[in-house]
Amino acid sequence: MALSRQDVEHIAHLARLEVSEDEIADYVAKLSSILDMVAQLGETDTTGVEPMAHPLDMAQRLRPDDVTESDQREFFQRNSADVAHGLYRVPRVIE
Amino acid sequence: MARQTLAQMSGALATGETTSRALTEAALGRIDGGDSELNSFINVCADEALAAADAADQRRAAGDAGPLTGIPIAHKDIFCTAGVPTTCGSRMLQDFVPPYDATVVRRLAAAGVVTVGKTNMDEFAMGSSNETSYFGVVRNPWDPDRSPGGSSGGSAAAVAAGLVVAATGTDTGGSIRQPAALTGITGVKPTYGRVSRYGMIAFASSLDQAGVLTVTAEDAAMLLQAMAGFDPHDSTSADAPVPDYVTALGEDLAGKRIGVPGEFFDDGLDAECAAAVRDALAVLEGMGATIQEISLPNIGLSVPTYYIVAPAEASSNLSRYDGVRFGYRHADAADLEEMYKLTRKEGFGAEVKRRIMTGTYVLSAGYYDAYYLQAQKARQLIAADFRRAFESVDIVAGPTAPTPAFRLGEKTDDPVQMYLNDIYTIGANLAGLPGASLPCGLVNGLPVGLQLIGPAFGEAAVLNIAHQYQQATDWHLAEPGA
Repeated sequence: MALSRQDVEHIAHLARLEVSEDEIADYVAKLSSILDMVAQLGETDTTGVEPMAHPLDMAQRLRPDDVTESDQREFFQRNSADVAHGLYRVPRVIE
Repeated sequence: MARQTLAQMSGALATGETTSRALTEAALGRIDGGDSELNSFINVCADEALAAADAADQRRAAGDAGPLTGIPIAHKDIFCTAGVPTTCGSRMLQDFVPPYDATVVRRLAAAGVVTVGKTNMDEFAMGSSNETSYFGVVRNPWDPDRSPGGSSGGSAAAVAAGLVVAATGTDTGGSIRQPAALTGITGVKPTYGRVSRYGMIAFASSLDQAGVLTVTAEDAAMLLQAMAGFDPHDSTSADAPVPDYVTALGEDLAGKRIGVPGEFFDDGLDAECAAAVRDALAVLEGMGATIQEISLPNIGLSVPTYYIVAPAEASSNLSRYDGVRFGYRHADAADLEEMYKLTRKEGFGAEVKRRIMTGTYVLSAGYYDAYYLQAQKARQLIAADFRRAFESVDIVAGPTAPTPAFRLGEKTDDPVQMYLNDIYTIGANLAGLPGASLPCGLVNGLPVGLQLIGPAFGEAAVLNIAHQYQQATDWHLAEPGA
């Protein structure tokens, strides 16, 4: 299936990826060829087949809602590009 | 000097013939001398390794050593290592220093294993050639113009070249088995949930599984023994007892039933690779196993199924890279949305972005049922084929990859051609099954892999057959440049 450049721009926005003008043609071509390859699945009869939820058919485990971790905020925040007063700083969101 | 095995090193440590410091210094020296061409390491942590080696030697002196105590290995740079940079092959995590160890790292360290460094890999494990790494391509020690496979290409090249005796890897669609095949070593991907995914940077969470790349199946058994088992930190970790893999190696093959799917010997398989795999099956038959043709009628759906499921899960998992709490950040964006978009544009490479885009598309409004839901149904059909096969055979066997190592750059312009490299390995991931690749021949001087796939939690049977094959043959001892 052939994607349009509008499709590519829309998907890129959903994925929060900036795509420059000169990349669009490459995305259109390569994503279209990937979608062509996966399209053969549409021809498979899956009537009555239960979609797989877990490879080994196991249920998700639950644990008691107890506090097990200690507060290591400063330590964890060392990996951030911009922190102040224990908070993560980002460009202004609210005018 | 011939490449050592982990079992040999373990023996030499036990008798006092060598020390962990000597082995670790030797490994660091080999990496220093031999890795500039291969580029199999992203980070070497010499100081930490030597300190861990000394601690292992003291532990041995105190009478508290196990079979792995003091053995130097490498970890794929997808496993978080506390205080040691962990990049996942991406610019996005170039400066990321994990605050904690992955369970795999922690368990091996607890057994006394020494980490000498972190190996190169396809960015976020997305690739089959190790050409998508931000830190450069890895070269195959058998021919530097060829790919070592991927995504655990650095681990594979490092073990094949004898820089380290073993390395960890991860396998989402073949990323342990395919590079093991292309570099002539042994690679084992356990059952989904057998080894904890905690601290292993996520690609496709319903498929990702940690394993090992080693010289022999015995070495793999020794490492998996320490890695496998329940971990409360991984919500999909299997709460099932871990059998004694090393003891199981010795079982003889009389009466073992090996199923060979006709679908694996298709037109896409190189004729000489097919002949090498058939020869290996004949060896197993000569050792008392019975070979029977089987059919996996839906296995042809595995590539399209995988290239819906894996990108879908990747697009979700990689949404965490927003530049806020960790990882690369575009520094001067005007607003938050622009910061996200530019951070992700600059932090991710081309293949990762293609997978994110594919995954976002197949999960987007109006397309979910046609793609993702249909793929999850096809996945059920593929898993059912394997379940049916294991009613009449103990192991499924076939080729690991369609060809020996291909040339660097040969497939980079055509993602679909690259994806077809995983045609024989993806099925085991979709069905959650354990698999292994072992060297079974050379074609034009390049290694060929025999793949074994077992039933869920059948690692012991896979390792047993692999080990018995390696007792009867010496393909696993063939070394590049020898």
